[in-house]
Amino acid sequence: MKITIKRDKSVESFEVSEGLTLLAALYEIKEKQDASLTFSSGCRASICGACAVRVNGKEVLACAHKINENDTVEPLQYHPVLRDLKVDKQKAKETLKRASAWLHQPQISVEITPEDEHRTERQSDCILCDSCYSACPVFAVNPDFLGPFALTRAYRYSEDKRESNVKEIIDHIQTNGVWDCTLCGECTAVCPKGIDPKMDITMLRGTSLQHGYSDPNFTAQSFGTPDFGGGFGF
Amino acid sequence: MLDVLVIGSGGAGLSAALAAKEAGASVLVVGKMYPTNSQTAMAQGGMNAALGNVEEDHPSLHIQDTIKSAHGLCNEDMVRHLCADAPKTIEWLEKIGVPFSRLPQSIEVSQSDTNQRSSLLAPHSSLKSIAQRQLGGASAKRACYAQDYTGLKILHTLYDTCLKEGIDFLDEHFLLNLIVPEDTVKGATFLDIRSGEVKQIDAKSVVIATGGYGALYHGYTTNMYGATGDGIAAVMRAGGALSDMEFVQFHPTGLKHSSILMSESARGEGGYLVNTKGERFVDELKPRDEVSRAIFAQIQAGGSVFLDLRHLGEEKLQTLLPQEVALCKLHEKIDPAHALVPIKPVAHYTMGGIDVDEALEVNGIKGCFAAGECSNAKVHGANRLGGNSLLEITAFGRFAGENAYKHSIYASSKPANGEQKEKDIAAIEAIYARPLTHNHYTMQRTLGRLLYEKVGIVRENRTLHQALEMVIAMQVEQKEMGLADKNRTHNQTLVELLEFQNALLIAPAIISAAIARDESRGAHFKKGFEAEDEAFKKHIVLQWKREER
Repeated sequence: MKITIKRDKSVESFEVSEGLTLLAALYEIKEKQDASLTFSSGCRASICGACAVRVNGKEVLACAHKINENDTVEPLQYHPVLRDLKVDKQKAKETLKRASAWLHQPQISVEITPEDEHRTERQSDCILCDSCYSACPVFAVNPDFLGPFALTRAYRYSEDKRESNVKEIIDHIQTNGVWDCTLCGECTAVCPKGIDPKMDITMLRGTSLQHGYSDPNFTAQSFGTPDFGGGFGF
Repeated sequence: MLDVLVIGSGGAGLSAALAAKEAGASVLVVGKMYPTNSQTAMAQGGMNAALGNVEEDHPSLHIQDTIKSAHGLCNEDMVRHLCADAPKTIEWLEKIGVPFSRLPQSIEVSQSDTNQRSSLLAPHSSLKSIAQRQLGGASAKRACYAQDYTGLKILHTLYDTCLKEGIDFLDEHFLLNLIVPEDTVKGATFLDIRSGEVKQIDAKSVVIATGGYGALYHGYTTNMYGATGDGIAAVMRAGGALSDMEFVQFHPTGLKHSSILMSESARGEGGYLVNTKGERFVDELKPRDEVSRAIFAQIQAGGSVFLDLRHLGEEKLQTLLPQEVALCKLHEKIDPAHALVPIKPVAHYTMGGIDVDEALEVNGIKGCFAAGECSNAKVHGANRLGGNSLLEITAFGRFAGENAYKHSIYASSKPANGEQKEKDIAAIEAIYARPLTHNHYTMQRTLGRLLYEKVGIVRENRTLHQALEMVIAMQVEQKEMGLADKNRTHNQTLVELLEFQNALLIAPAIISAAIARDESRGAHFKKGFEAEDEAFKKHIVLQWKREER
């Protein structure tokens, strides 16, 4: 079976065994054909988030993708490529800090119900694989955008009953945050854990309005933001 | 000079870092990957704490269960410490925002229950709504959980809290050696995976939280690739002690071809284990070591073993075990609603590790602490109780961080000279200079298979001795082993070769301890010595003599 890999300076094709996961195929190449092929991996079980790449233009976890004839593999987008399929995820980590995605003022003298738990159950399944960042077209025009996972995580904490200072979180996601999203849903389409950042961002916009913020792009309900020429284009 | 250097960024490392920072220390967390990539994320079942939220429970029962599971090999004071700390550790995790699963409001507790628990928990606390479930070997519903993602959600919440507290991280730095000029740690050396440079980090105290050595059983383990015991190997090279290395827990149900874990809940929900003839041959809910041995016996006799979930029906499987269904389809190409799932027992958790005292300080290296799966705090003994590993990494992670800070207050702030760094630079250069004679990826698979077959579920002195000879031969070969990729930056092959070197250093420690233990106890089972022997109710400790270093 043939797969093609976009590497640092070349595009190369390799013959690999059939029926493998992409991660197993990458290791087969490394062992038998080209030891210099470089990629990231960890758990093999879709939970550590290390091995996300793009296959045929769509983000996947290498350990959870069964290879098909003529698959084309490339590194994640909007991340500096360090070597072959290995990218730099430092900047995405920085966005978590800027979004202040944590409990600011915890209080535990509250009752929490299963319904409260389920409200952000999916959001807290995030494995920080960076697939949603790679799929997000906003990064093409605004590299400072907080991006899907940081906003989803901010939402998860803002909805936590133990947070007694939701405004603090909301204050941190206004600039390059909730209003910069085009609601195109590419993030939702690629999340390996079935998280829906688009919906979370929509919800955060509602909470922002409650805290006195408004859409700086003047039409809060528009699909696209005039800044980058309309959401449908993406 | 740093107060506390934390090596390893999984649950234990992050807990240590937060505790040390809280106490007032300057802290740096160094890891070979990104923090949330660690194996903590793979823990599913839960974390034990005798909160008594669902039914009556008490830390003393938790202590009893843990001691029983340890088969006489634990330090009962350490077990008491761990179990007594459990409720307040859960309280801490609750405060930082771990999204635990919750109880329906309808659960009413009697007045007497409330009185009993009032000493542990504040009234009107969200802690009381944390759901708890039954895990194997527990006398009560004691495991707090977050659906099937308990480890993942604890790890990520710890990480978010580290970002909140401004903890500094140095990612993609691979631990080379501890710097121990006399008998006190002064820091460590690392390979900066990005630049390829060797760096020295000076610190007054060090916490090692680098995880277990399950990945030595390459191809036969649920563990991530990187669980190669890097910190354990570094301690060994620095003259520290290791203990109980022979105790490796095997999980009965890894997928046959990929060794991916099929959670115990598959059997808990009513799944059967059947052999080639389609017959059940063991009570599926017995302890892990017994079920693993029963499965292994079938396989040894030339048969195959399957997990049979068909009778549960498609709908129930989708509701109860959606993750398992997806993993079977992906990795075994079968639908468990209609086909048998081929399985084998695989290495899952390593009880042994760095020998530490009751303050978690490494025996043989002052100022160096170890927490989590890499350390042997003597709480798991010969067999770990489910739900105690997440507890250990958080409770003892914090304890190690606090103790490391205390040590740093009085430690000398005179940094070590660059001797270790120079040695390590020379060692890396030597690897680059060697011709490529052996492919370590092939050898890694050979080692995994060798350990599984000869140092696995059922052991025998004859084959253990064979294994030791083979591993020593591999050590000799490895000294000649060069690099197939000579690039200086981002050299994944170099990192994986260094991991393999650690694996080869640790493997003989496991085998020699297994040879020395002529009895069967917990996870260690030896043919010819099938019973527990009072004479072996002790820890086997390994330490290099100083002159051998």
